[in-house]
Amino acid sequence: MADTFAPFTAEGARPHEAPPQHAPAQPAALRFYMTEEYHVPNGTLLGFWLYLMSDCLVFACLFAAYGVLGRNYAGGPSGAELFDLPLVALNTSFLLLSSITYGFAMLEAQRGRLGPTQGWLAVTGLLGAAFLAVEIYEFAHLVGEGAGPQRSGFLTSFFALVGTHGLHVTFGIVWLVTLVSQLRRHGLIPENRRRLMCLSMFWHFLDVVWIGVFTFVYLMGVLP
Amino acid sequence: MSAHDDTLAAHGHGPASGNDHGHGESEIHISLGGYVTGFVLSVILTAIPFWLVMGRVFEQSSTTAMVLLALGAVQIVVHMIYFLHLNARSEGGWNMLALIFTLVLVVITLTGTLWVMFHLNSNMMPGMHTTKTLP
Repeated sequence: MADTFAPFTAEGARPHEAPPQHAPAQPAALRFYMTEEYHVPNGTLLGFWLYLMSDCLVFACLFAAYGVLGRNYAGGPSGAELFDLPLVALNTSFLLLSSITYGFAMLEAQRGRLGPTQGWLAVTGLLGAAFLAVEIYEFAHLVGEGAGPQRSGFLTSFFALVGTHGLHVTFGIVWLVTLVSQLRRHGLIPENRRRLMCLSMFWHFLDVVWIGVFTFVYLMGVLP
Repeated sequence: MSAHDDTLAAHGHGPASGNDHGHGESEIHISLGGYVTGFVLSVILTAIPFWLVMGRVFEQSSTTAMVLLALGAVQIVVHMIYFLHLNARSEGGWNMLALIFTLVLVVITLTGTLWVMFHLNSNMMPGMHTTKTLP
């Protein structure tokens, strides 16, 4: 560790660091510079969090577009006529349940139990797939009724926002399947635990976005 | 929630988590209680908005909208704390800093867009008012 990267001079590198109050005793151990590149602990998790924050901005823009266009029906159907709230409630409960089953998977992974981890991940994936199935059914129903994305500004922004969220869930499920196969092959190695943490953040983040969707789009959309 | 204690606790956890060196993956100690608390709160905070809208509890829809937005905001905070394990000390505070910065941008995006477009709407269509008065 002491001799990994030491080409920098002590004065030039970081003059403001490490005042030599304890140094004179051992001149050999005296170092005024970092011998290794500095890495943030858990750099991956921090980086993934930053990705999620940028994703948050994407959704903010879509929400803003919906906020502007959400009542421009162009003579077409309104949210109150189109939205089926019991179906939305079902969808919401699927996603909420999948959040806690992912939490159970994380708990099992923390205990180091591979089988239950994979089991809970599978349940999470199934719930996510059920969410997607309901959403695809809803979209197909809307398009079949002639309320496709090209019908009005309201429907364009609706499909853009909810569709983007659905795409995120789709890719979350792809990631989940990949992760389960990696777990089966390599077990709960540190790399897989890190991936598990990242997907956990992604999955819970999608649930957070869905809170905004069902509140702002569905529930406020049917208000008179 | 004390992140420092949790960090220390996570290192002695199970046989598989003893090999985290630097890039530790289990720094965030998660507990069943936290998840269950978050889930129960989320269920309540989800059920109330649906009940408010489907049961037509309030007469005025503006009241309902305000309550819905407030409950949604509370639920987002609940998810952040209990599911995303966010606190002021995770990742040395950088998580929280990034979140605050993002929230500022989100607020600017949303309020700015709505504000500008609302005024644009009301200013750009003078014809709407005149045609209404025509016979």
